[in-house]
Amino acid sequence: MSVTAQARHIGAGAVPGMLATLRRGVQFSPELRQGLGVTLLLAVVATAGRIVVPFAVQQTIDRGLRAPGGPDARAVSGLLVGAAVLVALTAVCAFFVNLRLFRATEGGLATLRIGAFRHVHDLSVLTQNTERRGSLVSRVTSDVDTISNFVQFGGLLLIMSTLQLSVATALMLVYSPLLTAVVWACFLPVFLLARPMQRSVSAAYGAVRERVGGVLSAVSESVVGASTIRAYAVERRTAQRVDAAVEAHRKAAVRAQTRVALTFSAGVLVSGLVSVMVVLVGTWRGANGHLTLGELLAFLFLVQLFTGPVQVGTEVLNEMQNAVAGWRRVLAVVDTPADVADPGDTGVLLPRGPITVRFDHVSYAYPGGPTVLHDIDLVIEPASRVAIVGETGSGKTTFAKLLARLMDPSTGRVLLDDVDLRRVRFSCLRERVVLVPQEGFLFDASLLANVRFARPQATEQEVRLAFTELGLADWLDGLPRGLDTAVGQRGESMSAGERQLVALARAYLADPDLLVLDEATSAVDPATEVRIQRALDGLTRGRTAISIAHRLATAEAADEVIVVDAGRVVERGPARELVAAGGVYARLHASWAAAASR
Amino acid sequence: MSERPYTLRRGLYVVGQGIRRAPATFAVAVVGSFLYGVMTAGTAWVLGRVTAQVITPTFRTRHLDVGALGRGVGLMAAVVLVLVVGVVLRRVAAGRMMYDLGALYRREVTAQYLRLPLSWHARHPTGQLLSNANADVEATWQVFGPLPMAIGVVVMLVVASVAMVLADPVLALIGLGVFPVVFVVNVLFQRSMSPRATLAQQLRADVSDVAHESFEAAVLVKAMGREAAETRRFAAVSHRLRAANVEVGRMRGVFDPLMEAIPSLGVLAVLGVGASRVASGATTAADVVQVAYLFSLLAFPVRALGWVLGELPRSVVGWERVDAVLRAEGALGYGDTALRGAGAAAVAFAHVDYAHVDAEGRALPALQDVTFEVAPGRTVAVVGPTGSGKSTLAALLLRLVDPDRGVVTLDGVDLAALPQGALARAVALVAQQTFVFDDSVRGNITLGDPALHDDDDRRVWAALRLAQADDFVAALPHGLDTAVGERGTTLSGGQRQRLALARALVRRPRLLVLDDATSAVDPHVEAAILAGLRAGTQGATVLLVAHRKATIALADTVVHLEHGRVVGQGTHADLSARSAAYRNLVDAYEREAAERADGQRAPVLGPDAEVSA
Repeated sequence: MSVTAQARHIGAGAVPGMLATLRRGVQFSPELRQGLGVTLLLAVVATAGRIVVPFAVQQTIDRGLRAPGGPDARAVSGLLVGAAVLVALTAVCAFFVNLRLFRATEGGLATLRIGAFRHVHDLSVLTQNTERRGSLVSRVTSDVDTISNFVQFGGLLLIMSTLQLSVATALMLVYSPLLTAVVWACFLPVFLLARPMQRSVSAAYGAVRERVGGVLSAVSESVVGASTIRAYAVERRTAQRVDAAVEAHRKAAVRAQTRVALTFSAGVLVSGLVSVMVVLVGTWRGANGHLTLGELLAFLFLVQLFTGPVQVGTEVLNEMQNAVAGWRRVLAVVDTPADVADPGDTGVLLPRGPITVRFDHVSYAYPGGPTVLHDIDLVIEPASRVAIVGETGSGKTTFAKLLARLMDPSTGRVLLDDVDLRRVRFSCLRERVVLVPQEGFLFDASLLANVRFARPQATEQEVRLAFTELGLADWLDGLPRGLDTAVGQRGESMSAGERQLVALARAYLADPDLLVLDEATSAVDPATEVRIQRALDGLTRGRTAISIAHRLATAEAADEVIVVDAGRVVERGPARELVAAGGVYARLHASWAAAASR
Repeated sequence: MSERPYTLRRGLYVVGQGIRRAPATFAVAVVGSFLYGVMTAGTAWVLGRVTAQVITPTFRTRHLDVGALGRGVGLMAAVVLVLVVGVVLRRVAAGRMMYDLGALYRREVTAQYLRLPLSWHARHPTGQLLSNANADVEATWQVFGPLPMAIGVVVMLVVASVAMVLADPVLALIGLGVFPVVFVVNVLFQRSMSPRATLAQQLRADVSDVAHESFEAAVLVKAMGREAAETRRFAAVSHRLRAANVEVGRMRGVFDPLMEAIPSLGVLAVLGVGASRVASGATTAADVVQVAYLFSLLAFPVRALGWVLGELPRSVVGWERVDAVLRAEGALGYGDTALRGAGAAAVAFAHVDYAHVDAEGRALPALQDVTFEVAPGRTVAVVGPTGSGKSTLAALLLRLVDPDRGVVTLDGVDLAALPQGALARAVALVAQQTFVFDDSVRGNITLGDPALHDDDDRRVWAALRLAQADDFVAALPHGLDTAVGERGTTLSGGQRQRLALARALVRRPRLLVLDDATSAVDPHVEAAILAGLRAGTQGATVLLVAHRKATIALADTVVHLEHGRVVGQGTHADLSARSAAYRNLVDAYEREAAERADGQRAPVLGPDAEVSA
């Protein structure tokens, strides 16, 4: 069995068309369809109500103002009161259409937002890294906001406009089929040109969205990299980079906006010319006695009802392009297969207890890169403590990542207790195997909350105990606010070493059966490191512990050392035997020892 | 964040700010709007005239006067063309206005981020700052989209009022009554809308915050299997945003239909009153038609007023947030004392206190009464337990923060008295956690300094060699031109660290500050780097934060820190002899190795292995 390791790019592959995107969007957020029938029915009523006014105009003129027996005001009063009641009813319906639409879309978009957020976390580390963080964030924030803006403002207009167009056409046909044909003939080019125009607008909006990502990225660099920028006084250069991204976005946005303006203006032009044509043809027909004055004037009002939607329609369709582009970007996240997938309910649950680790002819290559691990084939006995050593770039960290299944091997299998990692249910895997990376991430919260991240139900007592057991009680007591200390964003109120201490306490609290430490104490002082090392000696008893080591002390403390060189396991055994053997480890040992004693 | 309540005045103030920054574009938009407004009302007027002079006589006499009809229709067409010109001008200018202002303020906000001190950064969440520069700027200027249209509508209303009065003063009264109602409804709407809009905007920032933090922590979330819990956290804030948006929708649901119904009712009233006035001979059918048509023409555009008033609260909220950044004070002040010396610099700390201030404004002392001196060309190691203030000390030297008390001097000059940029030219820092720009390897080293660009990148390669980074850079697919990705994700921790080291060395600083700068590299690589430093930095004073003996061995003297205070100074041998705490700290590995060797007979993992040293 072999699986090719591949970082999937989000949204790689064919770009789905508008309809496909909408269909997929509605399928992902079924809330959008909920109660849509009733909403549409109300929308029909609300739209139909709009013909009340033109109809009232026609009736008033033909039956009142130009009544056969001279102007008759009384004939129209009842009619007008009725019309007013209908207008009010229309407004009430429109209110409910609005409310129902907001509820449905906000519900649906919350589902989409949350689904996409979750899926980002389900993607493999490699896939996450193909994308800028800022761009991932914009997919669950501004992209979704674009859709929401569209659906609630444009979407409603679109529905109402389509209905209005149909109703207006039907009524115009009743008054004069010929004039209706004139109106449609004038608008035909608009309808025909709509698609190419939309395509050009859509391309322009695509460019805009891309530039937004660039702006987010550039701005975030100026925020996250603030101290480096300050230290090297490269404020001006950073500002230039930001300005370039901002300017690229502005240009793209103005270009898109101009295309929209021209499209819209074409609609206005045609609408105006339609009125002119109707007057021209209508008067001619009237002269021949085929049309009453009331009918012609009513028709002119109806043309208003007709052109309104066409103008709004082009507008809204443009907005829709924008929204669909956003929707596509969000859905692209959801539809990127999780390449390191959770087998879910069909997965295997490992029983608790020390874990046996087996690498079965494992090779790994980063996508498009050289092979970093070659045919690793080894067994690590349960409850043993192993140090992996090797030079930078030898593949140590890749080894650790494969163990925690942050990635899957290109070929071969990683087995825990003889079960292929790919078959182990994530809920179980994450409980049993904990990786402590070199740079532990801290949330902008208290120390307590950060340690509890591993096990939210842990009591304060247990958290305190974790520090005590790790020999860190003194350090904790030294903090003026103890466990309530706010660590700042990304833990920046603490030193790098302190962040590692928190990460260790977190791992301790997680209580795994296989602990993988990836240079987890590289930034702490020697005394503390030794103290932690000893504490870990005790704590890892009864567990399998694998440390990626770059210090002598860690390697010497392990039962066994595995030496990795250029992606292959070259030596293996207790540290002192390896020193005696005079191989790669002996060389490393000598350089460490020299460094330590100098 | 406390925000002042929204008022129309403050909304108009924001609009005024926008106009002030882009007056020419705004003028074009206004001219376009003006044409649009006048011509829209003109359409009704022309139609009224054509109805009275051509259509009605034709229908009555059944005789078509082709010339009159041609003139009437020609006039209508002319009005339409001017109208379209107005629309094009209005819309293109409105779009430009919106995006020009957005770009302008994005640049200014970012410039401010680059100016404000790091202590200010520490108090503001990244997500919020990103939101200030993006969503908030956008929200502020969005109002310029519909604004020109609204101005056109106002023009239209004025013209329409005049046209109505000329047609029939009594019918005009209905119009003059309806439009103020429209305005009052608008104002009431804004009053109840603004708190809801504010809440939604705030929640949008919260959603962005959570997403940002969670995605930055992606590896941790995965390693701990906390995807579901993170999703719950995100879902909670998303649902709050959903509820807030539905509330916004409810308000719009009331407002939009009302705004549509009012002009419709106006038309019906015109028809009713008009019918009786025509019956009594006070006016003509054509005038009634013209006034009614005006109403139906205005029914839609009048809502643009609503859009503007609807956008204003959002604009004000966005402006408040953007303005708070632009007005934030505490930018580092600079002096104008030049650094005269060349070659290695002298460094001194005199009675320096520094406390971190957390988000709630509490002070957490980091350094207290720190005093020491480093002579030019000397190397000093700062040694101390984790959390003793070593990195803070390094940050003070680069003036990333200023001391609360006391002074830090370079060649006897208070750092605060140096002009901007002078310090960075003299001092280079390699931080414990390196930041790598989304740029090429070369760009990350030179940081765009033209002085470092020579024909064959000689200086860059020399620095890379010194940092033991030349081999791996040479092996990269495009060498120095290889893009390293956002935050340098394509490089390992040790590679990033060596890149940062080269970035510092290439500048040939007079003071080099290494904050545990080799923690992620292999010991023998570190040894090579240190040997290179020893040979290559004679022109520099070096301050290094160190843990390992090999690093400490590079130093002429050692400053021993504990709990933010200097507890000992001297040579390594001196401190080792004098201080038990120092020995305990520095000799930990050897002691450990020795004890381990002793313990070979008894199993190290035995049940009575000592757990707390």
